[in-house]
Amino acid sequence: MISWRSSTSSRWGSDALLLWGLRGTALVSTAVVVLIALFVARESFPLLHTVAPLRLLTDGSWNPLEGAYNLAPMLVGTLLVSAGAVLISAPLGIASAIFCHFYAPPLIARGYRVIIELLAGIPSVVYGLWGLVVIVPLLGQIRPLGTSVLAGSLILALMILPTMVVVADASFARVPREYLQAAASLGLSKWTTVRSVVIPAARRGLITGALLQTGRAVGETMAVLMVCGNVVQMPARLTDPVRTLTANIALEMAYAMGDHRAALFTSGLVLFLMIFAIVACAELVNRERSNA
Amino acid sequence: MSAWEASRAPAAAQASAACPAIRAERVSVRYGTTTAFEDVSLEIQGGTLTAIVGPSGCGKTSFLCCINRLIDLTEGSAVSGQLTVGGESVLAWGIDLLALRREVGMISQRPNPFPLSIWRNLELPLREHGVGDRTERQQRIEQALKEVGLWDEVKDRLNRSALALSGGQQQRLCIARALVLRPRVLLLDEPCSALDPISSGVVEEHITRLRGRCTIVIVTHNLAQARRMADETAVFWTRDGRGYLLESGPTEQIFASPRSPLTAAYIQGLRG
Amino acid sequence: MREPGPRGADRLATVAFWAVAVLVVALFAWLVGDVLRHGFSHVSLSFLSAEPEDAGRAGGIAPIIVSTLIIVAICMAVAVPLGLGTAILLSEFLPVSSRQGRFVRRSLDVLASVPSVVFGLFGNAVFCQRLGLGFSLLSGGLTLACMVLPFFTRTAEEGLRAVPREYREAAAALGLSQTGTLAHVLLPAAMPGLLAGFILAVTRSLAETAALIFTSGYVARMPESLFESGRTLSVHIYDLAMNVSGGEGMAYASALVLMVLLIVLNRSATWLSRRWSTQKGVAS
Repeated sequence: MISWRSSTSSRWGSDALLLWGLRGTALVSTAVVVLIALFVARESFPLLHTVAPLRLLTDGSWNPLEGAYNLAPMLVGTLLVSAGAVLISAPLGIASAIFCHFYAPPLIARGYRVIIELLAGIPSVVYGLWGLVVIVPLLGQIRPLGTSVLAGSLILALMILPTMVVVADASFARVPREYLQAAASLGLSKWTTVRSVVIPAARRGLITGALLQTGRAVGETMAVLMVCGNVVQMPARLTDPVRTLTANIALEMAYAMGDHRAALFTSGLVLFLMIFAIVACAELVNRERSNA
Repeated sequence: MSAWEASRAPAAAQASAACPAIRAERVSVRYGTTTAFEDVSLEIQGGTLTAIVGPSGCGKTSFLCCINRLIDLTEGSAVSGQLTVGGESVLAWGIDLLALRREVGMISQRPNPFPLSIWRNLELPLREHGVGDRTERQQRIEQALKEVGLWDEVKDRLNRSALALSGGQQQRLCIARALVLRPRVLLLDEPCSALDPISSGVVEEHITRLRGRCTIVIVTHNLAQARRMADETAVFWTRDGRGYLLESGPTEQIFASPRSPLTAAYIQGLRG
Repeated sequence: MREPGPRGADRLATVAFWAVAVLVVALFAWLVGDVLRHGFSHVSLSFLSAEPEDAGRAGGIAPIIVSTLIIVAICMAVAVPLGLGTAILLSEFLPVSSRQGRFVRRSLDVLASVPSVVFGLFGNAVFCQRLGLGFSLLSGGLTLACMVLPFFTRTAEEGLRAVPREYREAAAALGLSQTGTLAHVLLPAAMPGLLAGFILAVTRSLAETAALIFTSGYVARMPESLFESGRTLSVHIYDLAMNVSGGEGMAYASALVLMVLLIVLNRSATWLSRRWSTQKGVAS
């Protein structure tokens, strides 16, 4: 960047106009997130005004038309489905990246990466569609109906897998070559090198990636909406249907009014805060790495 | 048991039997279309400390990397000729590379400890190569650290990261890491060039003490260092962009009465 | 003395990693295969040009394609000027460590992590209700613009930063105004990167569903104005899968159309950014 402040700018009127125009766009861009926070908070306010926040966890059930606003079953639903998804996709994604870097011949590694890139672009509705039409009936044979926490975790895992692979791939690419050379000259086997040198060296990047994907899983709506069954209950088993916070908003928003609508906005606010916390954690871990 | 293990003499044998000779016969290395060096024939006696000197780009490091087959890590590399360590061929098909690298240790130019604790850096190769008994591992680690003069400096912080050590300490740690496997050959690629003069002196001193315990080959730019440390010296040179062995022999002879005028000029600092 | 451990574990590990790779490829082959298999039979020229019938179980998706294009166009028409302007400011006028710059970037980062439902809530509250636009293509497009803004801004800034310093120095030496330098030197030089970013933003907006459900609505008729409601391809897939019994076949067909569109766009973006980085290489 060359400092234009002091250069010829004062001579050209168009330049001053340009600068102010650019500042305007940046202002609007920055304002969007502030507006979102403000509006969501504002729309939640009517509820928070009349209902003590603790009731969001302690009310008898979620039945807004009768004044019950317990978000707990949906919070648990969100947490279970997301945790399950990350537990499945993180190891698989990391293993895929290790495969690309250390075990696959160059041609196969390249092909694998192209496939992963393409898969990262599949929209969530398509995952949801396939999950609903293929996976849910399969699970339904174990226990009807098939729409469940498990279905949600499996489909969500599939959805976040490609991005997990890309992040892990990048982390492994950053491991210094010297470590690999030292390991080779000590006669360490490939698996020992991967397990004891590469993974510890890449650890922070991997954790950051997993956290970011958790944030994405928590925020996902369509795929879980389509395969989780949308029953508002505390799930007792993995095969129980459940409703996530996101699905709750999506399903009820169309007809919600008054306090019900405010309750949905409140759950939106909770969701946003959760994801914000997860992303902040990821950034903390990331920053630690670059300081070490 | 691989050929490498079978050829290992019982512990009580003389030093010369435990320290193998390295014999190179018309060895050449190519990377794709470029030749790093060609037609090098050299004999390194068991138990000696041999310095390989010469200007940059004449294939010294490549030659070193042939001995433990680390050259395989470079894409497109091709080695021809005969190279034996202790009578066993190193370039043959299907030899056990992991066992080879346990017998032939290597220290790189820039210190490269693993991003793990000091202890783990040393324990890892031991566990990998089957030293199952914890007491034995502890003994070997302590001994190796003492051999490089690090034991007193780090014995209270073995669990701290190796990356927190100074450059000279890290390089000595890398030497200890190689020593912990009790190699019979030790290859050092300009081990002091990335260090300050004081650390450099310390490292050099410890390497010299290892003489007789194994066959040592050290690539160095520092002629004074070669003269101080080495029993034998080999001089590499370049011709048409390809490396070759100019001259080799006892260090005193190379420095006092070199056969080739190029060697004489190099030693006097006029060329290279 | 030698344990069988490390060697045996090494072999096992190799088998395991290959197994994972095969598993992943197989799973996705299953998914894509299903979409191809079930969707292909329904896709035809008439499918792309006809109106949906019988709640979408028959007929085509023409109005849906039109609505999708309109919403994406509105989205980009708003996001590109805003994003480009912000990117230019960040790249050319603010030093990297400036407080203002960091504040702008941080707020965009936070914006990028907002979940799509919350965008839907926001869009509903602001565009549909406050601005009185109701369920409309305009509301949907504007909401998507908010979603896509941080991503486009980031890639635009990267594209601009990648232009070599020498270009700016030469322009300054020639006495070009800032506007002139931007218009004649920087933007053209950064164009492949900017285009790639544009295309990627379009793919993002095409894949979006949740934010549109309660901003642009569900109507499946051919829209006559920007203020009418309309549904995009992704919303159509959702509706057919969840609300229309027997709609899976058409849902698969629509999914196939959407995926092909996305693949074409993605490949063009990759090709463009590869051209961009070779240009960088030549210049540097």
